[in-house]
Amino acid sequence: MSLIRMSSPHVYKANSTANVMRLVLLATLPGIIALTVFFGWGTLIQIAWAGLLAVTLEAAILKLRKRPIGFYLRDGSALVTALLLAVAIPPFAPWWVTGVGVIVAIAIAKHLYGGLGQNPFNPAMVAYALLLISFPVEMTRWSAPFVLNGDGWQIASFTDTLAAIFGSVETVWYDSFTGATPLDELRHRGGLTNEEAWRQSRVLSEGIGAWHAVSAAWLMGGVFLLYRKIITWHAPISMLLALAICSAMFYGYDPDNYAGPFFHLSTGATMLAAFFIITDPVSSATSNRGRIIFGAGIGVLIFIIRTWGNYPDGVAFAVLLMNLAAPFIDLYSQPRSYGHQKANKGQGGKA
Amino acid sequence: MSVDYRKITLDGLWHNNPALVQLLGLCPLLAVTASVVNALGLGLASTLVLVSSNLTVSLFRKLVPETVRLPIFVMIIASFVTAIELVMQALTYELYLILGIFIPLIVTNCAIMGRADAFAVKNPVRASVLDGLMMGIGFSLVLVVLGGMRELLGTGALFNNMHLLFGEAARTWELVIFTDYPGFLFAILPPGAFVGLGLLIALKNVFDARAERRRKAQAPAEPAVSKRVRVTG
Repeated sequence: MSLIRMSSPHVYKANSTANVMRLVLLATLPGIIALTVFFGWGTLIQIAWAGLLAVTLEAAILKLRKRPIGFYLRDGSALVTALLLAVAIPPFAPWWVTGVGVIVAIAIAKHLYGGLGQNPFNPAMVAYALLLISFPVEMTRWSAPFVLNGDGWQIASFTDTLAAIFGSVETVWYDSFTGATPLDELRHRGGLTNEEAWRQSRVLSEGIGAWHAVSAAWLMGGVFLLYRKIITWHAPISMLLALAICSAMFYGYDPDNYAGPFFHLSTGATMLAAFFIITDPVSSATSNRGRIIFGAGIGVLIFIIRTWGNYPDGVAFAVLLMNLAAPFIDLYSQPRSYGHQKANKGQGGKA
Repeated sequence: MSVDYRKITLDGLWHNNPALVQLLGLCPLLAVTASVVNALGLGLASTLVLVSSNLTVSLFRKLVPETVRLPIFVMIIASFVTAIELVMQALTYELYLILGIFIPLIVTNCAIMGRADAFAVKNPVRASVLDGLMMGIGFSLVLVVLGGMRELLGTGALFNNMHLLFGEAARTWELVIFTDYPGFLFAILPPGAFVGLGLLIALKNVFDARAERRRKAQAPAEPAVSKRVRVTG
């Protein structure tokens, strides 16, 4: 199935969906490696489990829907969804949390809407939002970066991580390997100013490097995707710019209470979202101008939810809200077609 | 004009079910079905109102001028709802507190208004009462099934707090299906109700499609005459 169907100018080889998905999987490697190095084996185990379940479930549903199984499985989209969900949830999340997430992503958010290409919402983000609402305890137990666990490269052993995900471990065990994320820490700092919070919190003063490294790794993958022309620059750049401008404005106005732009860009899921989630060709806006609006909306919403919302990070909610707005944005951002004076805008082509 | 009681019954319970087909009364349907007891309580109240309002509307159907029929229906329904509300306050006070605003809101349940205007005002008393009863039972069944689904998924147990409706003896009715269940908040929250109702409607459509296929298979093959096929829209 060709993803991009063009009239002239003719590309001598159209990119297939399978090829696109393969490159996306390849581009997530630096991020996955960084997550594993800093936060332990959990990420890899989650990816394996989510991927296995997603492919099985996809095959089962395709059979139910009487679609060609091999054809759709080979495009790898189920794997990409599973992978994005697996890197978004905490590494120590129990197996059933991931399981519910994958079922929701593949069965409800994707196939109930008609399968690949028909889903109005990003399946991984639907699943993530549902999990965050349903299982607040499990979904906020993020692992601590190894630098906080002691000297040297101290992460939970592979077998212990496996036991934490598929079996049960003592609550004490969690205490020694999990902790708040920088966004949590800043969100729940009470009456402290930024500077005081920074001095008191080990995550902020010592552990923040881990999040910077992970963000840098996602950025690397994103640059690779841009270079291979899998994604265009419009949505990511406008999202990052919008987030940076919003936070810079508030930071400049009151640096004690608002985090700076660098903090917002380099923590949480910002980079993952910018290059891997909002660039989903199905659920985002279609034209380049539309993508700029789409990305900017997400950037602004992320800042709003992080700063004033109930949750420390707001990527999933921001993406879902803008997914809802995408058809509307498309309606008003149609590019001018060659030979026409003005672009058709709005319903029935009237602005 | 003879009245087909069988058709009225089947329509209310299945073919024209207020919750699954007409999609009326969604507000209470989605809001209170977090558990079986809530669902059953609201279902019973709605059924009572539906039967009494259908009865009254049908009794006075020849006296009501058509131009002001809707305000009159609303007043009839509102009086019954007030009565039911007082009864619930007296008999099942805790449940009354849990259901809260959704009891007075039965007045605005379109299913009740819809039956009054679409059926009771045109039909004799016996048929109208039966219609109200069957529509009410159909509505309640969907409420209870949805409530059961959500309670089971959300808390891992069934029939919790049934004593609110049936007295102290019902305290032991609770069925814990999964022990040590972590809880699934999504099923309890309103979005879970939307997804649950969607699945129920899908299930009904599957049943209907099956029945249709069976009926076609059993029906004698149609004589092979050439039919004019319409090819243009």
